[in-house]
Amino acid sequence: MTTVPLAAYVAVSAILFATGLIGVLIRRNFIIVLMAVEIMLNAANINLVAFSHYLESMAGQIVALFVIAIAAGEAAVGLAIIIVVFRGKISTNVDEMNLLKW
Amino acid sequence: MVPVFFVYFSVVSILAGILTVALRNPVHCGLALLALLLHVAGLFVLLNAEFLFAVQVIVYAGAILVLYLFVLMLLNLKSEERYLHTKYAVLLFAGVAICGELVLLVLRSPFAGARGDAPSSAILKDGDSYAVGIKMFSEYLLPFEIVGVFLLGAIIGAIVLAKTPTAADAEGE
Repeated sequence: MTTVPLAAYVAVSAILFATGLIGVLIRRNFIIVLMAVEIMLNAANINLVAFSHYLESMAGQIVALFVIAIAAGEAAVGLAIIIVVFRGKISTNVDEMNLLKW
Repeated sequence: MVPVFFVYFSVVSILAGILTVALRNPVHCGLALLALLLHVAGLFVLLNAEFLFAVQVIVYAGAILVLYLFVLMLLNLKSEERYLHTKYAVLLFAGVAICGELVLLVLRSPFAGARGDAPSSAILKDGDSYAVGIKMFSEYLLPFEIVGVFLLGAIIGAIVLAKTPTAADAEGE
Protein backbone atom coordinates (compact mmCIF):
# COMPACT_ATOMS: atom_id res chain seq x y z
CA MET A 1 0.00 0.00 0.00
CA THR A 2 1.43 3.36 -0.98
CA THR A 3 1.35 6.03 1.67
CA VAL A 4 0.94 9.76 1.42
CA PRO A 5 4.06 11.68 2.49
CA LEU A 6 3.86 14.04 5.45
CA ALA A 7 4.96 16.94 3.25
CA ALA A 8 1.73 16.58 1.20
CA TYR A 9 -0.45 17.12 4.29
CA VAL A 10 1.68 20.06 5.42
CA ALA A 11 1.50 21.58 1.91
CA VAL A 12 -2.33 21.31 1.91
CA SER A 13 -2.36 22.93 5.33
CA ALA A 14 -0.06 25.74 4.13
CA ILE A 15 -2.29 26.43 1.10
CA LEU A 16 -5.43 26.51 3.28
CA PHE A 17 -3.70 28.80 5.78
CA ALA A 18 -2.73 31.21 3.00
CA THR A 19 -6.33 31.12 1.68
CA GLY A 20 -7.60 32.09 5.12
CA LEU A 21 -4.98 34.82 5.40
CA ILE A 22 -5.99 36.28 2.02
CA GLY A 23 -9.63 36.12 3.15
CA VAL A 24 -8.87 38.09 6.32
CA LEU A 25 -6.99 40.68 4.28
CA ILE A 26 -9.29 41.27 1.31
CA ARG A 27 -12.89 40.82 2.56
CA ARG A 28 -14.81 43.75 4.00
CA ASN A 29 -17.62 41.81 5.71
CA PHE A 30 -16.75 41.05 9.35
CA ILE A 31 -18.58 37.69 9.34
CA ILE A 32 -16.58 36.47 6.33
CA VAL A 33 -13.39 37.62 8.06
CA LEU A 34 -14.31 35.39 11.03
CA MET A 35 -14.99 32.50 8.62
CA ALA A 36 -11.52 33.02 7.12
CA VAL A 37 -10.07 32.80 10.64
CA GLU A 38 -11.86 29.45 10.98
CA ILE A 39 -10.16 28.30 7.76
CA MET A 40 -6.77 29.20 9.27
CA LEU A 41 -7.58 27.32 12.49
CA ASN A 42 -8.55 24.27 10.41
CA ALA A 43 -5.26 24.46 8.52
CA ALA A 44 -3.42 24.46 11.85
CA ASN A 45 -5.48 21.43 12.91
CA ILE A 46 -4.53 19.45 9.78
CA ASN A 47 -0.89 20.23 10.53
CA LEU A 48 -1.18 19.11 14.16
CA VAL A 49 -2.97 15.86 13.35
CA ALA A 50 -0.59 15.04 10.45
CA PHE A 51 2.46 15.45 12.67
CA SER A 52 0.73 13.50 15.41
CA HIS A 53 0.22 10.59 13.00
CA TYR A 54 3.64 10.60 11.37
CA LEU A 55 5.67 11.21 14.54
CA GLU A 56 3.54 8.69 16.50
CA SER A 57 2.57 10.97 19.38
CA MET A 58 -0.89 11.73 20.79
CA ALA A 59 0.02 15.31 21.75
CA GLY A 60 -0.96 16.72 18.36
CA GLN A 61 -4.49 15.34 18.52
CA ILE A 62 -5.02 16.67 22.06
CA VAL A 63 -3.85 20.15 21.06
CA ALA A 64 -6.10 19.99 17.97
CA LEU A 65 -9.06 19.35 20.31
CA PHE A 66 -8.09 22.41 22.37
CA VAL A 67 -7.87 24.43 19.13
CA ILE A 68 -11.44 23.39 18.27
CA ALA A 69 -12.63 24.47 21.74
CA ILE A 70 -10.91 27.84 21.37
CA ALA A 71 -12.42 28.25 17.88
CA ALA A 72 -15.86 27.75 19.43
CA GLY A 73 -15.17 30.45 22.03
CA GLU A 74 -13.80 32.80 19.38
CA ALA A 75 -16.86 32.30 17.18
CA ALA A 76 -19.28 32.96 20.06
CA VAL A 77 -17.57 36.17 21.23
CA GLY A 78 -16.87 37.39 17.69
CA LEU A 79 -20.49 36.95 16.60
CA ALA A 80 -21.70 38.68 19.80
CA ILE A 81 -19.46 41.63 18.92
CA ILE A 82 -20.91 41.66 15.38
CA ILE A 83 -24.45 41.78 16.80
CA VAL A 84 -23.55 44.71 19.09
CA VAL A 85 -21.86 46.62 16.25
CA PHE A 86 -24.72 45.90 13.86
CA ARG A 87 -27.24 47.17 16.41
CA GLY A 88 -25.40 50.50 16.67
CA LYS A 89 -24.36 51.12 13.08
CA ILE A 90 -26.29 48.80 10.70
CA SER A 91 -23.05 47.75 9.04
CA THR A 92 -20.71 44.79 9.24
CA ASN A 93 -17.98 46.43 7.17
CA VAL A 94 -14.62 46.17 8.93
CA ASP A 95 -13.40 49.44 7.39
CA GLU A 96 -16.18 51.38 9.12
CA MET A 97 -15.43 49.92 12.56
CA ASN A 98 -12.80 52.40 13.62
CA LEU A 99 -14.05 53.43 17.06
CA LEU A 100 -13.66 51.59 20.35
CA LYS A 101 -16.82 53.20 21.72
CA TRP A 102 -19.71 55.23 20.37
CA MET B 1 -6.97 3.77 -1.88
CA VAL B 2 -5.55 6.22 0.69
CA PRO B 3 -3.77 8.48 -1.87
CA VAL B 4 -6.98 8.70 -3.95
CA PHE B 5 -9.00 9.82 -0.94
CA PHE B 6 -6.22 12.16 0.13
CA VAL B 7 -6.21 13.89 -3.26
CA TYR B 8 -10.03 14.12 -3.27
CA PHE B 9 -10.31 15.53 0.27
CA SER B 10 -7.44 17.96 -0.11
CA VAL B 11 -8.46 19.28 -3.55
CA VAL B 12 -12.09 19.77 -2.49
CA SER B 13 -11.13 21.41 0.80
CA ILE B 14 -8.79 23.86 -0.95
CA LEU B 15 -11.47 24.67 -3.56
CA ALA B 16 -14.06 25.15 -0.82
CA GLY B 17 -11.64 27.40 1.06
CA ILE B 18 -11.14 29.56 -2.02
CA LEU B 19 -14.93 29.72 -2.56
CA THR B 20 -15.45 30.72 1.09
CA VAL B 21 -13.14 33.66 0.57
CA ALA B 22 -14.30 34.58 -2.94
CA LEU B 23 -18.11 34.24 -3.03
CA ARG B 24 -20.22 37.38 -2.81
CA ASN B 25 -23.25 36.19 -0.84
CA PRO B 26 -22.38 35.52 2.86
CA VAL B 27 -24.76 32.52 3.06
CA HIS B 28 -22.99 30.87 0.11
CA CYS B 29 -19.69 31.52 1.89
CA GLY B 30 -21.08 29.73 4.95
CA LEU B 31 -22.09 26.71 2.86
CA ALA B 32 -18.65 26.59 1.21
CA LEU B 33 -17.14 26.67 4.71
CA LEU B 34 -19.36 23.69 5.60
CA ALA B 35 -17.93 21.74 2.63
CA LEU B 36 -14.41 22.67 3.75
CA LEU B 37 -15.02 21.49 7.32
CA LEU B 38 -16.48 18.14 6.23
CA HIS B 39 -13.58 17.44 3.86
CA VAL B 40 -11.02 18.38 6.51
CA ALA B 41 -12.83 15.87 8.74
CA GLY B 42 -12.22 13.31 5.97
CA LEU B 43 -8.50 14.11 6.10
CA PHE B 44 -8.61 13.40 9.86
CA VAL B 45 -9.97 9.91 9.16
CA LEU B 46 -7.06 9.24 6.79
CA LEU B 47 -4.72 10.23 9.64
CA ASN B 48 -6.22 7.70 12.11
CA ALA B 49 -7.90 10.44 14.16
CA GLU B 50 -11.49 9.18 14.27
CA PHE B 51 -12.30 11.00 17.50
CA LEU B 52 -11.25 14.32 16.00
CA PHE B 53 -13.32 13.46 12.93
CA ALA B 54 -16.41 13.12 15.11
CA VAL B 55 -15.59 16.28 17.06
CA GLN B 56 -15.01 18.19 13.82
CA VAL B 57 -18.37 17.14 12.40
CA ILE B 58 -20.34 17.69 15.62
CA VAL B 59 -18.71 20.82 17.00
CA TYR B 60 -17.51 22.60 13.87
CA ALA B 61 -20.05 21.64 11.22
CA GLY B 62 -22.86 21.13 13.72
CA ALA B 63 -22.47 23.92 16.25
CA ILE B 64 -20.09 26.66 15.11
CA LEU B 65 -21.36 26.78 11.53
CA VAL B 66 -24.99 26.85 12.68
CA LEU B 67 -24.04 29.79 14.91
CA TYR B 68 -22.57 31.61 11.90
CA LEU B 69 -25.60 30.90 9.70
CA PHE B 70 -27.94 31.90 12.55
CA VAL B 71 -26.24 35.28 12.92
CA LEU B 72 -26.25 35.74 9.11
CA MET B 73 -30.00 35.11 8.99
CA LEU B 74 -30.59 37.29 12.07
CA LEU B 75 -28.77 40.30 10.64
CA ASN B 76 -30.43 39.99 7.21
CA LEU B 77 -27.45 41.42 5.31
CA LYS B 78 -27.72 42.67 1.78
CA SER B 79 -24.93 41.45 -0.48
CA GLU B 80 -22.84 44.50 -1.07
CA GLU B 81 -21.80 45.91 -4.39
CA ARG B 82 -18.15 46.23 -3.36
CA TYR B 83 -17.44 43.27 -1.16
CA LEU B 84 -13.65 43.32 -1.44
CA HIS B 85 -11.16 45.69 0.11
CA THR B 86 -10.17 48.64 -2.13
CA LYS B 87 -6.51 47.55 -2.31
CA TYR B 88 -7.34 43.88 -2.74
CA ALA B 89 -4.98 43.30 -5.70
CA VAL B 90 -1.88 44.16 -3.62
CA LEU B 91 -3.10 42.09 -0.66
CA LEU B 92 -3.97 39.14 -2.94
CA PHE B 93 -0.48 39.27 -4.45
CA ALA B 94 1.12 39.36 -0.98
CA GLY B 95 -1.02 36.42 0.13
CA VAL B 96 -0.20 34.32 -2.94
CA ALA B 97 3.50 35.12 -2.49
CA ILE B 98 3.37 34.01 1.17
CA CYS B 99 1.52 30.84 0.09
CA GLY B 100 4.11 30.01 -2.57
CA GLU B 101 6.98 30.57 -0.18
CA LEU B 102 5.36 28.41 2.51
CA VAL B 103 4.74 25.53 0.08
CA LEU B 104 8.31 25.74 -1.27
CA LEU B 105 9.72 25.65 2.26
CA VAL B 106 7.43 22.79 3.28
CA LEU B 107 8.27 20.62 0.28
CA ARG B 108 12.01 21.06 0.87
CA SER B 109 11.96 20.21 4.59
CA PRO B 110 12.91 16.70 5.75
CA PHE B 111 10.50 16.66 8.77
CA ALA B 112 12.46 14.21 10.87
CA GLY B 113 11.92 14.29 14.59
CA ALA B 114 11.85 12.31 17.80
CA ARG B 115 9.18 9.59 17.66
CA GLY B 116 6.51 9.55 20.35
CA ASP B 117 5.04 6.59 22.20
CA ALA B 118 1.82 6.15 20.20
CA PRO B 119 2.39 4.29 16.91
CA SER B 120 -0.63 3.53 14.73
CA SER B 121 -0.73 -0.10 15.82
CA ALA B 122 -1.03 0.88 19.50
CA ILE B 123 -3.80 3.40 18.74
CA LEU B 124 -5.75 0.97 16.55
CA LYS B 125 -5.69 -1.74 19.25
CA ASP B 126 -8.13 0.07 21.58
CA GLY B 127 -9.38 2.77 19.23
CA ASP B 128 -8.52 6.43 18.86
CA SER B 129 -11.10 7.69 21.38
CA TYR B 130 -9.55 5.48 24.07
CA ALA B 131 -6.05 6.75 23.32
CA VAL B 132 -7.18 10.41 23.30
CA GLY B 133 -9.16 9.95 26.53
CA ILE B 134 -6.33 8.30 28.44
CA LYS B 135 -3.86 10.96 27.32
CA MET B 136 -6.20 13.89 27.93
CA PHE B 137 -7.21 12.91 31.45
CA SER B 138 -3.70 12.01 32.60
CA GLU B 139 -1.04 14.21 31.08
CA TYR B 140 -3.23 17.05 29.78
CA LEU B 141 -5.68 17.35 32.69
CA LEU B 142 -4.69 20.90 33.67
CA PRO B 143 -4.96 22.32 30.11
CA PHE B 144 -8.32 20.54 29.84
CA GLU B 145 -9.61 22.29 32.97
CA ILE B 146 -8.23 25.62 31.74
CA VAL B 147 -10.11 25.17 28.45
CA GLY B 148 -13.28 24.52 30.48
CA VAL B 149 -12.85 27.80 32.40
CA PHE B 150 -12.04 29.57 29.12
CA LEU B 151 -15.27 28.32 27.54
CA LEU B 152 -17.25 29.49 30.59
CA GLY B 153 -15.65 32.92 30.21
CA ALA B 154 -16.49 32.97 26.49
CA ILE B 155 -20.14 32.10 27.21
CA ILE B 156 -20.46 34.84 29.84
CA GLY B 157 -18.70 37.32 27.56
CA ALA B 158 -20.97 36.52 24.62
CA ILE B 159 -24.13 36.85 26.75
CA VAL B 160 -23.01 40.14 28.31
CA LEU B 161 -22.04 41.58 24.91
CA ALA B 162 -25.14 40.54 23.00
CA LYS B 163 -27.69 41.32 25.75
CA THR B 164 -30.37 43.77 24.67
CA PRO B 165 -29.97 46.99 26.69
CA THR B 166 -32.96 47.45 29.02
CA ALA B 167 -34.38 50.55 30.67
CA ALA B 168 -32.65 49.67 33.94
CA ASP B 169 -29.27 49.69 32.18
CA ALA B 170 -29.95 53.11 30.70
CA GLU B 171 -30.78 54.51 34.17
CA GLY B 172 -27.57 53.08 35.58
CA GLU B 173 -25.48 55.00 33.05
